[in-house]
Amino acid sequence: MRKWLILRPLEQKEAPKPEPKSSVRPAAPEEHLPPVDLSVTLAGMTMKNPVVVASGTFGFGREYGQFYDLSQLGGICAKGLTLHRREGNPGPRIAETPMGILNSVGLQNPGVDAFVEHELPFLRQYDVKVIANISGNSPEEYGIMCEKLAEAGVDMIEVNISCPNVKAGGLAYGTKPELAAEVTEVAKAHAGKVPVMVKLSPNVTDITEIAKAVEGAGADALSLINTLRGMRIDVNTRRPILKMNTGGLSGPAVLPVAVRMVWEVANAVKLPILGMGGIAKGTDAAQMMLAGASAVAVGTALFADPYAPLKVRDELEQLAAQQGLSAVSQLTGGVRPW
Amino acid sequence: MKVERKCKIVSKTWLNHDAVYLVLEVGDMVRTSFRAPGQFVHVKCGDGLLLRRPISVCSCQEDEPEDLLAIVFESRGEGTEWLAQRQEGETLDVLGLLGNGFTVKPEGRYLLVGGGIGVPPLRGCAQYTAGKSTAIVGFRSKDKAILLDLLEEECDKVLVATDDGSMGYHGFVDALVRQELSEDKNYDAVLACGPKPMLKNVAKVAAEFGVPCQVSMEERMGCGVGACLVCVCDMKDGTRKHACKDGPVFDAKEVDWDA
Repeated sequence: MRKWLILRPLEQKEAPKPEPKSSVRPAAPEEHLPPVDLSVTLAGMTMKNPVVVASGTFGFGREYGQFYDLSQLGGICAKGLTLHRREGNPGPRIAETPMGILNSVGLQNPGVDAFVEHELPFLRQYDVKVIANISGNSPEEYGIMCEKLAEAGVDMIEVNISCPNVKAGGLAYGTKPELAAEVTEVAKAHAGKVPVMVKLSPNVTDITEIAKAVEGAGADALSLINTLRGMRIDVNTRRPILKMNTGGLSGPAVLPVAVRMVWEVANAVKLPILGMGGIAKGTDAAQMMLAGASAVAVGTALFADPYAPLKVRDELEQLAAQQGLSAVSQLTGGVRPW
Repeated sequence: MKVERKCKIVSKTWLNHDAVYLVLEVGDMVRTSFRAPGQFVHVKCGDGLLLRRPISVCSCQEDEPEDLLAIVFESRGEGTEWLAQRQEGETLDVLGLLGNGFTVKPEGRYLLVGGGIGVPPLRGCAQYTAGKSTAIVGFRSKDKAILLDLLEEECDKVLVATDDGSMGYHGFVDALVRQELSEDKNYDAVLACGPKPMLKNVAKVAAEFGVPCQVSMEERMGCGVGACLVCVCDMKDGTRKHACKDGPVFDAKEVDWDA
């Protein structure tokens, strides 16, 4: 019996050859993942991928357009516009903080007319959705700007009711439900067929209250979060770094706050959400989508890495493929809370 | 197209306790984006910091197989200290070349005025004008003085001032600028880089003598390419320009010195 257990003749049994040693780590076996559909739809606007660049971090696209083809992005939220040109706040306007930055730019922009005349035609050369971002001193100003932008033909209007860096308008509208609703109504009434997305402030006690008010007033989508108010002090001069004393915090430091707020809002309203706040990696974007966002915006990460939005897009695609999803949109709202 | 590039440190020299001189291999960066001396590179300083550090180009040249670029910086905080700890052979993540440099003609003769860590870009101007320019440089003290040997080689004349009198003239550079211009106004322009109070005083002296003056401004910077609008410089006409894209060099007449 015993001899049948020996499968090889004894004379062929040799000492096993040592594995070839290598100081170089062998490449991972090639993965053949099925293709993933990256396209997403936000309030009827279909984008080729869910990665947008956040307003105020990308100018009007000209600067980063020198690094790569802007058509690779899902959408561009253009620099925040006001009815008239604004020079913004005095400097310093930026301070670095642990995993974040504070800014107090104060809506420096050439005004809505200059955007329509000079910047929109430039952006229109690219196959990318153009989202104009607007701030007003009164509901009427929001209305006038919406009319101009709808006529000029942007793909979406992001109504900023949450800029922490300007005294008039901005944040004031974003922290009171009835004012937020009023601005939304006026914007909707003047935007024609262009979808209106309202950008919410995190500087409130209950963000769902504002979200519900804005939904009730007819908004088509929500974007969140804007920056969190913060401050940094130079201990030697005892002066705040920012000339405006306080500013808006962004960057990875705010990601968990943003994910939590997107999750809360997604549970409170039916509107589609553009999620943003500290996204620098594919997994950050995936978290935001699982919390309930239909698409994501990358902002502050651009300053360290101009290619960050494209990397986020590629990492998100890979992650979706590894999880066996056929479309990234399947991530939206997929969190399994305890 | 602008690029983000991994650049190898080919040489590192400590100039004093704080200042480091790095020579980098930068691919074709000089060939593709050099405009004039006074431009800067935006360098990533480790993974923990979200903002790059803008550092002016001290000197650069087209070369094979890769262009070479020299920067000088002082270790002043977390980011620059990280940078100061890098060794030859390591690579840095660099965006460049960014910004507009000085408006300078190779055949011109310029009065180069630098203060402290503002001196390095003026060395580029000295090289560009091949020994015809005069340099007036100021430092806090003798042990802070940098690049003097190189400037001596590359300028017609070098005058030094120190705040404490430990080397050269005891006082600020604007006094030496006044002295030089009162003897010889025959300069195409004054080119200055340094702390803002120094620039203001130098611009004032240049204006008195009717000599054009260009200043390189330092501001807290974000993206470095003109998208985020944080590095604001107030102009006389009430507009706010940006150091990274509109500058860092401005015509001294256009700057609002009282802002």
